[in-house]
Amino acid sequence: MGSPFLLTMTSTIPNPLALIAELTHRCPLHCVYCSNPLELQSRAGELPTEIWCRVFKDAAETGVLQIDFTGGEPLARPDIVDLVRAARSAGLYVNLITSGLPLDETRLAALVEAGLDHMQLSFQGAREETANEISGAKSHTQKLRVLDWLRHRRLAVTLNFVIHRRNIDQLEEMLALAESSSATRIEFANVQYYGWAFANRENLLPTREQLDHSVEFLKREQQRLQGKIRIEFVVPDYYAMYPKPCMGGWGRKLMLITPTGDVLPCHAAQVIPGLSFENVKDHGLRDIWEQSAAFQRFRGEDWMQQPCKTCDRREQDFGGCRCQALLLAGNAAATDPVCSLAPLRSKVDALLAAINTPTSVQNLTQPSWLYRSNPA
Amino acid sequence: MPERALRLNGPSLEIVERCDGQHTVEQIVRELQKIYSQAAPQKVEQDILGYLALLEERRALDFEL
Repeated sequence: MGSPFLLTMTSTIPNPLALIAELTHRCPLHCVYCSNPLELQSRAGELPTEIWCRVFKDAAETGVLQIDFTGGEPLARPDIVDLVRAARSAGLYVNLITSGLPLDETRLAALVEAGLDHMQLSFQGAREETANEISGAKSHTQKLRVLDWLRHRRLAVTLNFVIHRRNIDQLEEMLALAESSSATRIEFANVQYYGWAFANRENLLPTREQLDHSVEFLKREQQRLQGKIRIEFVVPDYYAMYPKPCMGGWGRKLMLITPTGDVLPCHAAQVIPGLSFENVKDHGLRDIWEQSAAFQRFRGEDWMQQPCKTCDRREQDFGGCRCQALLLAGNAAATDPVCSLAPLRSKVDALLAAINTPTSVQNLTQPSWLYRSNPA
Repeated sequence: MPERALRLNGPSLEIVERCDGQHTVEQIVRELQKIYSQAAPQKVEQDILGYLALLEERRALDFEL
């Protein structure tokens, strides 16, 4: 029994809506912009089936509506069908975010039968050669096979294309691929620059001309495909006027659980110094959501500095991304430097100027990539 | 819906509950006209068709023939 005061305090925090479950950091792909941390968690430390199943029930009781199974590659877990079934019977809407790689028709049928609601299939490009270069693996042909199997299944499908300088000129071909499939939703998500992507960002950031062209193209296509395919577009925030509302606000909507069970407010939170994280083996999700110092750290507005503190937009973008503030400003509590009002915006502008010089625009030789490795 | 949630109450909940692959649009309209017998039947029908069209546009549902 907590004190009545504590109950009053905590009841003002809205429930989390979605849980991102990083089931494993193992992956057959080695994408140069992987959103996993540079320090990957090992197979030996991964949570067993029964703890995940307990977590799904706990999540539903905490008010979570949706669960995103991701990784690494979630299909690398041999128990994925059981996990889908357990999450579905806990009452969660189950989304599988996958490369489609360790998949065949039988396993797909089992996933659908277990209650999978939605699959988000990733593509690294529309052409085999560039897609394989970015993923560091021969993966494209298998993805086309998966698209073909999905046509005959009762399953909602989103295609996800991660966009960057090397494939942003292929949007038309990507869209054609989506139109020939059973997908009702397509995401063109520009790379976000953390972790592996941060290390490769000079080779990934599109030029301004490429970006303008893509925005114009997608606006037109959104109109044409209205009611058939929903097109979502994530701009590279380095080019934006204002930062993105990262995670819908820190500790406001989402929780993420790592393969070993640590509960984080965002994918990259482990890079922020001074934060420590609770583990699902020791604490319930409701306790973590309401009490964890890491979730409290940037929740609400008390932590904000100027210009965020008095900014009219602070309830729209929540000061932007804390990890990006750390990476670019050296301080996780600073205004996200991609914001045009941020004191350190000049850092981002300098990088964009370098990307947009005539020599770098013409530099289309094969970059030397830092490929994402695999955990032990 | 992926990365979205609908906040449903009153009539919107009663409509979505019946989007189960079993009810026809006509059946949904009839059942809601009964529940909202105080409202003009035509108005109920119009509102339902408008709401279903909105959900289709958002790609939250498909119509089957």
